[in-house]
Amino acid sequence: MSLQSLNRRRFLQSTALGAAATFAAPAVLRAQGQPVKVGILQPVSGAMSYSGQQGRIGATLALEEINASGIKSLGGAKIEPVFGDAQSTPEGGNAEVEKMNSAGCAAVVGGYVSSICLAASQTAARYDLPYIVDVGVADSIVTRGLKNTFRLGPGFGVLAKTAIDNLITLNDAAGKIAKTVMIIHEDSAFGSGLAKLLNTQLPEKGFQVIETIPHPTPTRDFNNVVTKIRASNPDIVIPADYYNEYVLLARTMQQQKVRPKAIYSVLGGAASSYKFVKEFPEAAQYIMDCNHWFDPKNPKALELKKKVEAKGEFFTYEVYMNYSAVLLLADALERAASADRAKIIAALESSTFSGHVMPYGPTKFVNGQNQGAAPVNTQVLGNDIQVIFPAQFASAKPVYPMPKA
Amino acid sequence: MKSYASIAAVVALLACVPLLTASNVALNFMVVALLIALVGQGWNVLGGYGGQYSFGHAAFFGTGAYVTAILQVHYGLNAWLGLVIGIAAGALIGAITGALSFRSGLRGSYFALVTLAFAEVLRIVASVAPITGAGVGTLIKLDLRWETFQFQSRAPFYWIILAFVAASLVLVKLMEGSRFGAYLVAVRENEDAAKAVGIDVLRVKLAAMTLSAAITAAGGCFYAQYFLFLDAGIAYGPWISVEALLAPIIGGIGTVYGPLLGALVVKTLGEVTKLATGDAPGLDLVIYGCVLILVVAFAPQGIAGLLRRRA
Amino acid sequence: MLSPIILVPAVLNGLLTGAVYALVALGLTLIYGVLHIINFAHGALLTCAMFAAFFAHRLLGLDPYLAALGLTPVFFCLGYGLQRFVIGPAAHGEDRNILLVTLGLAVVIENALLYAFRADTRTINLPYGFDVVEVGPAFLSVPRVIGFGVVIAVALALWLIMRFTDTGKAIRAVAREKLGAELSGIDVAHIYAVTFGLGTACLAIAACLLLPTYYVNPHAGNAFVLIAFTIVVLGGMGSVAGALLGGLIIGVVESLSGLYLGESLGQVGIFIIFILVLLFRPSGLFGERA
Repeated sequence: MSLQSLNRRRFLQSTALGAAATFAAPAVLRAQGQPVKVGILQPVSGAMSYSGQQGRIGATLALEEINASGIKSLGGAKIEPVFGDAQSTPEGGNAEVEKMNSAGCAAVVGGYVSSICLAASQTAARYDLPYIVDVGVADSIVTRGLKNTFRLGPGFGVLAKTAIDNLITLNDAAGKIAKTVMIIHEDSAFGSGLAKLLNTQLPEKGFQVIETIPHPTPTRDFNNVVTKIRASNPDIVIPADYYNEYVLLARTMQQQKVRPKAIYSVLGGAASSYKFVKEFPEAAQYIMDCNHWFDPKNPKALELKKKVEAKGEFFTYEVYMNYSAVLLLADALERAASADRAKIIAALESSTFSGHVMPYGPTKFVNGQNQGAAPVNTQVLGNDIQVIFPAQFASAKPVYPMPKA
Repeated sequence: MKSYASIAAVVALLACVPLLTASNVALNFMVVALLIALVGQGWNVLGGYGGQYSFGHAAFFGTGAYVTAILQVHYGLNAWLGLVIGIAAGALIGAITGALSFRSGLRGSYFALVTLAFAEVLRIVASVAPITGAGVGTLIKLDLRWETFQFQSRAPFYWIILAFVAASLVLVKLMEGSRFGAYLVAVRENEDAAKAVGIDVLRVKLAAMTLSAAITAAGGCFYAQYFLFLDAGIAYGPWISVEALLAPIIGGIGTVYGPLLGALVVKTLGEVTKLATGDAPGLDLVIYGCVLILVVAFAPQGIAGLLRRRA
Repeated sequence: MLSPIILVPAVLNGLLTGAVYALVALGLTLIYGVLHIINFAHGALLTCAMFAAFFAHRLLGLDPYLAALGLTPVFFCLGYGLQRFVIGPAAHGEDRNILLVTLGLAVVIENALLYAFRADTRTINLPYGFDVVEVGPAFLSVPRVIGFGVVIAVALALWLIMRFTDTGKAIRAVAREKLGAELSGIDVAHIYAVTFGLGTACLAIAACLLLPTYYVNPHAGNAFVLIAFTIVVLGGMGSVAGALLGGLIIGVVESLSGLYLGESLGQVGIFIIFILVLLFRPSGLFGERA
């Protein structure tokens, strides 16, 4: 198909003329069952564009897989993506959901960042349009009572709790060698939200938080933060940042030869990123992270990883979370045997889907939150990223404390 | 009187939009365009009529938005009351920053930069202050009732923002014909001459800035109710300062309809380029930027200027 | 908190960071001082230069410091061309239009980069990228120390150009009295473009200095723009020495306020200085009285 005709098709889909486009579609398609339109919402331009682009890769791969056989209960109907660019703003996300709704989408998947997820899911709720959050970790996304909104992955609360529990297990096993921590976090919703939880929960578990340093995104330089870390000499440094700042921080720590007993990040943008490990293997070495991660014992996950890497892309959490979220939706469509929104929502509510690649077990949604969702702990060991907690997914033993250089 | 009739006609025409289309895409688009028109009208009072270019209208927009949101979330205040207080708070920020900058005699790019700095200070403070929810942001509880200024349908939102825009049009028209408006234009054209003929330049500029801030703050309040979520980057970010000046300059600076015209054109341009380029991240904005430059090149007095020349 | 173990590195580090800020601001202050415009495209042009330096390293294997020698003239020409053939003709000499044209340019450049290279963050890994020199309690990054030296040299060179060459004199004449300069036969459009070219050339050097320790993506340059404005104002619009000194001061202020207020709130320190200077000494430290 030429680029021009593709554009023309997109144009038709995303306007009120969408209905007309369906009639224009070849008869073969209809014989197989009307394609089901699904909105794939990502911030592919603006500040979040890298994550958006990665998310889109994941969603697209899932769609390719689903469309190989189609939705059986719908006569082999294919899922037709309606891509939307949230332009890294809530207004952008909102406008795209409006378009997806009027294009006749049966559901929307994505959003990436909490602020976009909040706006987009709320707009979708106006039309009882099912909305599956791919990443957005703010708990308010699912706790404010929107019936249409589902989140496959974990929110802040679970993330912070798991991070602390695993930290204690790790520290206890090593003979309680660490007592003091320092938290370095980006100052928007995700970093601040986490830091707040860590600050209340860590002291209860016997850790002393020496200092919490928020920083803006982007931050141009981390030398002062690292100087402070060196001067206070905490046992553990806990970063929670976006990718670029995380890399700068880790590089600066390496440069200034600051080696605490552990760098234990929570949602550390780069800490469990293959890109970071490949580009700065020394700075990344031994870094631990409590983050979204695929199930390393799931052959499907490994196959997906190979596929993504064969394309020359990095297998980042945006990829497999969107991949899983789209599969979750396909399963709901299959069981609903209908593109009717209310039926899809009902199917999601009763979902026990286990065909995703996340270490969550079968899905079970309570108020839109998947109960099995949990992060895992990873550690950079050698040139690879290994899972160290929980035991049933672990592929390596943690190295703690970090060996002296 | 004729000009008020034309305002009435334009507003009446726009008011029919929800009756003509059931498409929420169109309505949402119009709501956002009108919101920008309102914010731009605020900028136009100070920048267009007063000749004082601000790069920091986010300071007023964000204050309006945060005050409305915080009063509801933390103090359980009624949203409509919050709107009124939000506008007043925005006006107050306008008066304070205006007094500081105009007293120091800042003009031109110096004034532009100081407004930018004020907005940035507020943004940074909002990103760490507990009352704004710091980085986590402020979420207004979803509660779709007219008492809470939240509606299930887009149409009431549309009519409300249209009413705001209509009020701003009338206000600016009134200002144009008033003594104050004449003083303001005199200050824009030649501040020293205005002073020489006995105009209290400082007071005129201050009044303009306060009015300007109030109008823009109304836009911020509306934003908070429409999207129900704020963080520092949304409320005080440079994006809104840019939108605020883009609409009136493209539409026609110092004219009653400039901001409305500009907002509609700029927003339409954004949508059209998006549709035309499909799924190529960035390409739509490349074209958008190019068209923007071309518009400036061929319509240096804005679209209103172009229309006037044709007429 | 007042321990010299933190304070000394923080001040030194502020100076190193401030030097790069100063270089970005040098470009801006020239353009500002002569054309009297606020160049919204400055950040996008910096990003553009960073991409150029990145690909010079990736594709040609050029060390960024070497690449600077080639990129500086290239970006001079780019800046010259932009002012002469795009900004100048499109803006009709109206401040507000220049504003929109540079804004439009920023949107175009940034998104063209996004379209061409996608949003990936790119970094380069140099053999000396992690080297440090120890100065008392401080570990100073070698690339940043080199950067400091280069910035001083560039500022000096720029000052000499402005002071002693005919072009420099013409630039200063246009800055002070455009009409008079025009009447005395100076080609103002040419001088405008030369100034814009010089400003853009500064960005090419700044990009090459940043790359060894920073990263590049289609938005990377924006992070340096607001702070550059602050420096321009502090130093006095159009003043080369002012931009250099202002950059160093702002670097130290940012460093110290970050130390005491936290990195997030610390940014406030910069803007408060900005506001205070504007309110009480708008001509800046080195600017001539308006």
